[in-house]
Amino acid sequence: MREIHVDQITGAVREMCMQACYDLPEDVAAALTAAREREESELGREILGELQENIAIARERRVAICQDTGITVVFVKLGQDVRIVGGSFNSAINEGVRRGYTEGYLRKSVVCDPLERKNTGDNTPAVIHIEVVPGDGLHLTVAPKGIGSENMSGVKMLVPALGSQGVIDFIYEVVERAGPNPCPPIVVGVGIGGTMEKAAILAKKALFRPLGQPHSLPHIAELEQKSLERINNSGIGPMGLGGRTTALAVQAEVYPTHIGGLPVAVNIQCHACRHAEKEL
Amino acid sequence: MAKTITTPLDEKTARSLKAGDRVLIDGVIYTGRDAAHARLLEMAKKGEPWPLDLQDQIIYYVGPCPEKPGQVIGPAGPTTSGRMDLFTPALLEKGLRGMIGKGSRSPQVVETMKKVGAVYFVATGGAAALIADRITASELVAFGELGTEAIRRLVVKEFPVIVALDSDGNDLYKIGREKFRVAV
Repeated sequence: MREIHVDQITGAVREMCMQACYDLPEDVAAALTAAREREESELGREILGELQENIAIARERRVAICQDTGITVVFVKLGQDVRIVGGSFNSAINEGVRRGYTEGYLRKSVVCDPLERKNTGDNTPAVIHIEVVPGDGLHLTVAPKGIGSENMSGVKMLVPALGSQGVIDFIYEVVERAGPNPCPPIVVGVGIGGTMEKAAILAKKALFRPLGQPHSLPHIAELEQKSLERINNSGIGPMGLGGRTTALAVQAEVYPTHIGGLPVAVNIQCHACRHAEKEL
Repeated sequence: MAKTITTPLDEKTARSLKAGDRVLIDGVIYTGRDAAHARLLEMAKKGEPWPLDLQDQIIYYVGPCPEKPGQVIGPAGPTTSGRMDLFTPALLEKGLRGMIGKGSRSPQVVETMKKVGAVYFVATGGAAALIADRITASELVAFGELGTEAIRRLVVKEFPVIVALDSDGNDLYKIGREKFRVAV
């Protein structure tokens, strides 16, 4: 059995928090460049240009792309032949978040109680999703999630008879309701199937797929494409001030579900589609 | 061509700005977001004096990152203004003349803006590192214990914004969107 010390996990998470907040992934930057070339609105092109310039400044100076450095979401794929030694696994992740946000000059945006709302001061705790997989690897994805876009997300339990069209309609309804608030251009993560919470987790995971890579199932790829076209015909545009670039991509993930259900979750993500990955 | 305005912003200047105008702001603006707004309203309820005079001032809805050594301020882009809507009419009644944020405002905010002659600007959401370069000084004014949500006095130079809502109630979000909507 392979042993992994908690210090290794803390160090990796610390590093990834900073990397994710400073360096926008190349695929997202490329999608912005392509969008700027296509954009018909002059103001829209200017705004997309500002976003590109901002990304370059953040990368060069090692500062956050956006001041909302998010609540930290950590996806873990833990090999079943791994033994974590030296302390608690979850504490190791949270210690990495604490160090990353403190030493990286990132904003601390987490309150300890959702109603009493006192800031924890170090951006902990993270939201941690653990999946146990075969093998002796440990794969970590750190995704700081800003609330401006997260607040615009939605879940709906559809009637199965509504089918693909019902899903497309709901995705559009969520984007329409969000309007300018989530800082378009956005990335739309969609989870279809499972149960309410499964759909929501799938929607978040869908955001990490390389942008513009269609789903491997043709009918899901078609649903993504149709949704994207409809969203970009809305006129919302960059920052909601009008234009043809409202979303950079719609990315869906699916899971088997109950005979009587069609859960759909739509996770809205701003252009700062931040995530860093590492295999330990 | 952008218009340059210098704060404080009087009613006449505010009323002259129209939805769609590009504006560069010079002078002092104040930061404030969810928690600071809640505190101000709570103080007003108890009859306590506010730590700043809002007459003809501009509030920037922002919670910046901590500054690295040698920086004036960390990345500092706008936050979603709609969350302040419940508090905003009371601030406008106390003389607040301008707001900088991103996203739509409620009909109550728009109505109060028309009545008092105020303007709502938007800055580019997410362009936080770029915007921070236009801030030349930052000083704590109140509620330091709120950390990033404290009220700060910022000195800005050529701070770039767009008028999204003017004092006649024109809404750039609606106007801009209609131009590019494709009927299906």
